[in-house]
Amino acid sequence: MDLTYTCAQQEFRAEVRAWLQANVPAEALPSFDTEEGFAAHRAWEARLNEGRWGMVTWPTRLGGRGCDLIEWLIFEEEYYRAGAPARVNQNGIFLLGPTLMEYGTEEQKARFLPRMATGQDIWAQGWSEPGAGSDMAAIRSRAERDGDHYVINGQKTWSTRAVWADWVFGIFRTDPGSQRHHGLTFILVPLNTPGITVRPIPQLNGLPGFAEIFFDDVRVPVENVLGGEGMGWHVAMSTAGFERGLMLRSPARFQETARRLVQLYQANRETADRDPAIGEAVMRAWLDAEAYTQSTYMTASQLVKGGRIGPESSTNKIFWSELDLRMHETAMSILGLRGELLPEAPAAGDVGQWLDGFLFAQAGPIYAGTNEIQRNIIAERMLGMPRA
Amino acid sequence: MDFSFNSDQLLFQDNVRSFLINEVTPERIRELWQSDSGRCDQLWAQLVELGLTALTVPEQYGGMGLGALDFVLLAQECGYAGLPEPLVETMLVAVPLLAELGEAHEGLKHDWLGRVAEGQARLAVCEPGNPLVSDAHVADLLLLSHGDEVHAVPREDVELVRNLSVDPSRQLYQVLWTPGAATCVARGEEAAKLLGRAFERGALGCAAQLLGLAKRMVDLAVDYSFERKQFGKPIGSFQAVKHLMANVAVRIEFAKGPLYRAAHAVAHGEAEQALAVSHARLAASEAALLAARNAIQTHGAMGYTWEVDLQLFMKRAWALDKVWGDHALHKARIREALFDQGRAIGAGTTF
Repeated sequence: MDLTYTCAQQEFRAEVRAWLQANVPAEALPSFDTEEGFAAHRAWEARLNEGRWGMVTWPTRLGGRGCDLIEWLIFEEEYYRAGAPARVNQNGIFLLGPTLMEYGTEEQKARFLPRMATGQDIWAQGWSEPGAGSDMAAIRSRAERDGDHYVINGQKTWSTRAVWADWVFGIFRTDPGSQRHHGLTFILVPLNTPGITVRPIPQLNGLPGFAEIFFDDVRVPVENVLGGEGMGWHVAMSTAGFERGLMLRSPARFQETARRLVQLYQANRETADRDPAIGEAVMRAWLDAEAYTQSTYMTASQLVKGGRIGPESSTNKIFWSELDLRMHETAMSILGLRGELLPEAPAAGDVGQWLDGFLFAQAGPIYAGTNEIQRNIIAERMLGMPRA
Repeated sequence: MDFSFNSDQLLFQDNVRSFLINEVTPERIRELWQSDSGRCDQLWAQLVELGLTALTVPEQYGGMGLGALDFVLLAQECGYAGLPEPLVETMLVAVPLLAELGEAHEGLKHDWLGRVAEGQARLAVCEPGNPLVSDAHVADLLLLSHGDEVHAVPREDVELVRNLSVDPSRQLYQVLWTPGAATCVARGEEAAKLLGRAFERGALGCAAQLLGLAKRMVDLAVDYSFERKQFGKPIGSFQAVKHLMANVAVRIEFAKGPLYRAAHAVAHGEAEQALAVSHARLAASEAALLAARNAIQTHGAMGYTWEVDLQLFMKRAWALDKVWGDHALHKARIREALFDQGRAIGAGTTF
């Protein structure tokens, strides 16, 4: 155990910090769930890529820096510290990217990864269906082979970023007689293909952050299959593994929320301390954000040494999503009467983005596998309890 | 940056775990409950033979000179086993306290530390602020505080009054003694520093044991959830029972980082060790208390009996939760660092 950063790691941090200082837009970009904001975030992805800061863990030949996970953590710390824009292509770079590197052919990697890196292709995900949420193996959307194409019919829903994205990845039933997780295939589909209808779904904040996608005789060439026909569940599990794992939920994000919460508390202590539970909750938020960070560093250290992520990683999602919720609930308690006000309301004062974060935090325990499903996974796979 | 244990540390943990699982069985613990001293010379001799009593004794006194970071995983295993013998307090609190005494006490250190390493002598140590000293009855030398002084007192010079605990494995004593110049080994600022450091090590050892206990209670409840059938199925197949256990697993997983961070801070005498130790102590306590609650719930009425072994670990967790600083003390230390001392916080400030 050595809890100091090496000289190289310190230099790396300084380099990241300097670049971000010079390049992060002074004014926050509009939400990427608006058309204007989506375009601005796409442009930011291109800028990151020009500096080779887009995907630091990707190999250098693909425009990355070949960083290990400790360097990735350092990068993320600096990124959140600098208040840099949210990653509009996170479905691509953090989920599909690693999956493509593992299962893609050389042709597929060359075709998709560089355009993903520059933000030319923004990716949406297509997992859920109206009848397949927590029970993802109940997928019914079909892809039937017709010569060198698949013909897709069906419906996907809760597709994050699909309103303005260029591509969607998802799993479809290619074996019509198959059941459950058999007979599924992972397919990459351009969203401008004839037969696709994207219907935006406004989220709690009124913005169309996700969408329904209808497929009506949509023809997709067979070379868009990732990992082979019938391998869809296997490939998707690996993608979901990335999603639930390290890459997508930087501890830095929660540390910065905790830092802002401590500041908010300090600035409003006179009123906040009328309820002793608030100071306690603020302290706990900071402790838990630290614990999440420490846990991530432990996992990263294991992986850097050649270890593997074990089933205990399924505890992550519950921990960060409940932490995020508690932090925002605490912030709303501190804000009191101002908590319900939108930032542009004349009486809002410095309410900042807390309400926005509070709304978004409601989704944490639901998406990427509800926390109830996560608890089942922990009980069965980590603790070995009997299956239902 | 490497936040992980090395293979030697993990191997040692494995060895100690195997030994404790085989030798410190619930049956043996229950036998100890029936004995006069509640302690077993033969078991202590086995710990000596494994080299465990030499671990933290400095090399010049015949020990291995290891520190808190090497010991923390073993302390966790002691918790997991519910080991009644006071190995953690002896090795993590008493031995370093004696070893840190000034040069004037070289003779005392030389006399005692080597014998502790060889298993020829045993130490007991007071927890500052706690009127009871655990395992004073089997100690040859007691390290006691008196005002702003530390005293090293032979057992023959004290009178002991036993106090029964909810956990029959605990042996708690009021110590009646008369402080004198002959037994005083540190005073004033020096004594405060020694006792302060001893407190951090005690709280760390307590946290490690609590985390081990939490894991043990989950394991027992999971086993029981296979055995017990209702509605024609093992009760562990029901989601409501699964989630009781999953919630504890989450707490345990996220108490590890704070615990090992604290062990590192103590081992290296970091300026922020109080903050790290208090975090570890709270996180481990919460995991252990939730484990106790959810494990007894999973056991149903059987959990409320003397017969089922859960009580061995549950009662230990309830007792340890209150020693080496209660929640109020540890929370106050964190609040002070966070709100009053203006510690740097946010991304990039953890290490």
